[in-house]
Amino acid sequence: MDLLIPVLIAAAVGLLPVLAPIGDYHLHLVILMLVWGFVYTAWSVMGRFGLVSLGHGAFMGIGAYGVTLLWNEVGLSPWLGAPIAIAGAALFALLIGWPCFRFRITGHYFALVTLAATEIVRLVIVALRDLTGGSLGLTPKTALAEGPVALAALQFAAKEVWLYIALLVWLAGVLVWRAVDRSMLRYALEAAGQDEDAAASIGVDVTRAKLAVTLLSAVLTAIGGVVYAQYQLYVAPETVSGIAISLQIVFAVIAGGMFVQLGPTVGAVFTLALTEALRVAIGHTIPSLDGLVYGLLLVLFIVYMPKGILGQVLALAARRRRPAPAPARA
Amino acid sequence: MPIFDVFLLEAILNGLLFGGVLALLALGLNLIFGVIDVVWICYAELVMLGMYTVYFLYAVYGVPLPLAFLAAILLVAGLGALLHQLVIRPVLASEPINQLLVTGGVLFFLQAAATVAFGIDFRNLGLSLPSLVVGEIFLPWSRILAAGTALLAMLGVWLFLRQTFLGTAIRAISQDRQIMPLVGADPGRLYLLTSAIGGGLAGLGACLLVLQYDVHPAIGLSFGPITFMICVMGGLGNLVGGFLAAFVFAQFISVGGFFFHIEWGYVMAFVFFVAVMFVKPQGLFAASGR
Repeated sequence: MDLLIPVLIAAAVGLLPVLAPIGDYHLHLVILMLVWGFVYTAWSVMGRFGLVSLGHGAFMGIGAYGVTLLWNEVGLSPWLGAPIAIAGAALFALLIGWPCFRFRITGHYFALVTLAATEIVRLVIVALRDLTGGSLGLTPKTALAEGPVALAALQFAAKEVWLYIALLVWLAGVLVWRAVDRSMLRYALEAAGQDEDAAASIGVDVTRAKLAVTLLSAVLTAIGGVVYAQYQLYVAPETVSGIAISLQIVFAVIAGGMFVQLGPTVGAVFTLALTEALRVAIGHTIPSLDGLVYGLLLVLFIVYMPKGILGQVLALAARRRRPAPAPARA
Repeated sequence: MPIFDVFLLEAILNGLLFGGVLALLALGLNLIFGVIDVVWICYAELVMLGMYTVYFLYAVYGVPLPLAFLAAILLVAGLGALLHQLVIRPVLASEPINQLLVTGGVLFFLQAAATVAFGIDFRNLGLSLPSLVVGEIFLPWSRILAAGTALLAMLGVWLFLRQTFLGTAIRAISQDRQIMPLVGADPGRLYLLTSAIGGGLAGLGACLLVLQYDVHPAIGLSFGPITFMICVMGGLGNLVGGFLAAFVFAQFISVGGFFFHIEWGYVMAFVFFVAVMFVKPQGLFAASGR
């Protein structure tokens, strides 16, 4: 099921431009849903084990700015620049993660240390304004002047190309989630999440398990940053890094459902659809209205529906299937 | 360049004054954490609302400044209590991280609400206090006033916690949540009181900051993270540690900003914070007791 459903969704979305041309605007929305769905999935790979990071903006920022700067300043193709930028994000994750786990920084402390990490990245981007353009953002040098496809520069004019790239990346992300879900790592981390000492006493290397999942999550998030930068062809400190983006990630995952495979994707679809619906219904006359609704919903979700939309739906479906109900909450 | 020149001295003194205000903000957050065991991620957004309150009452409606200050403090204190009652209380029994994230939602909400209500313009009181000039050193009175008031307020909170019955009850519940109800104290009421005091301190911080800075909806993001770092570095819930950490941080920002650009001051402060966390995860001043 957790293999079949994502593949079916991917096939259905992939056939979309062929069967029913939906126009650039809707295509753009679908691509954004897939890219953000991927980033949110990347976060939940570690977030579901109680490793609540407010620092994923850092990894995304390093990925997005790394690849763009290497292209603009050194002329390095994103095919080579992306691995370097992703390795940079992995190194940063290691630098933050290893001491955190080694010294057992968990819960509030972990969230706040990672928050500092994401602010460091955002501030460095802003401070290096001669290189990065500061708060104004940065545009990769275009390679689309000669034609609509610039494979070496990883720039494509056609949205359809990006749909398939985003689709592949998203599918890979969801399958990585599944692989982690089925691995020993999951049991190790769940045990460590309950009681680190008890887990360690039965032979779980807690530090290593946490570090492994953090590295995985950081690498995926950085890939998301690269794809986002190459698709949008514009990066700004506030849209790929900092506390705001980190909170956006956490919010979407909670809304969709942190503990189920497609929960983060549902979160991405839900938040983007909400933003667009508000924009269409009310227009640009009231700025930040979506933020207002987001904030309110986040509070309501955590209080009344901590499993998220998909998590709640699946839990209800499971209860219906098994009529003798076990208590819903342990 | 001589390593010790008059501008560096000015930066250090300004850092000390800045530290006073940061210490006040950290005190409010720390008090709430120490007693209720939650981190208000939206703390700086309450400060932002306080700054708007002062701005509108004073600059738009012409209310005398002291009255505007009083109103802001009371309003934010009320908001603190309301935040606890409406948002924190329902999640007190759930996982601790939910309590942090739920206030993240409030952060989003307040920031967006301010943008909707007031727009993104930078606003200021339009009043400039003179500077104290000692030799070649310029120290703005607004900063001296702010640091002085912050110190007085902190002394007041300290006396309240040490000398009064309610203060003793608050300290007791921060030490043992289970025992307090057994001796007849109502944790709910003490939490509410603590939230109101924490909010009041945020309101006071707002009054002091609005003298020095323009207010805009995103201003919380420039004070929020730094306040959390200070509290964590001082040891969450450790009031004395937070107080000292505020001055350490302020020096990093002020002196770092003097040698480089202001953002680098912040970057160095954050890097220092991360480094400290790895050396002393319980906070820099963990040994000094709660």
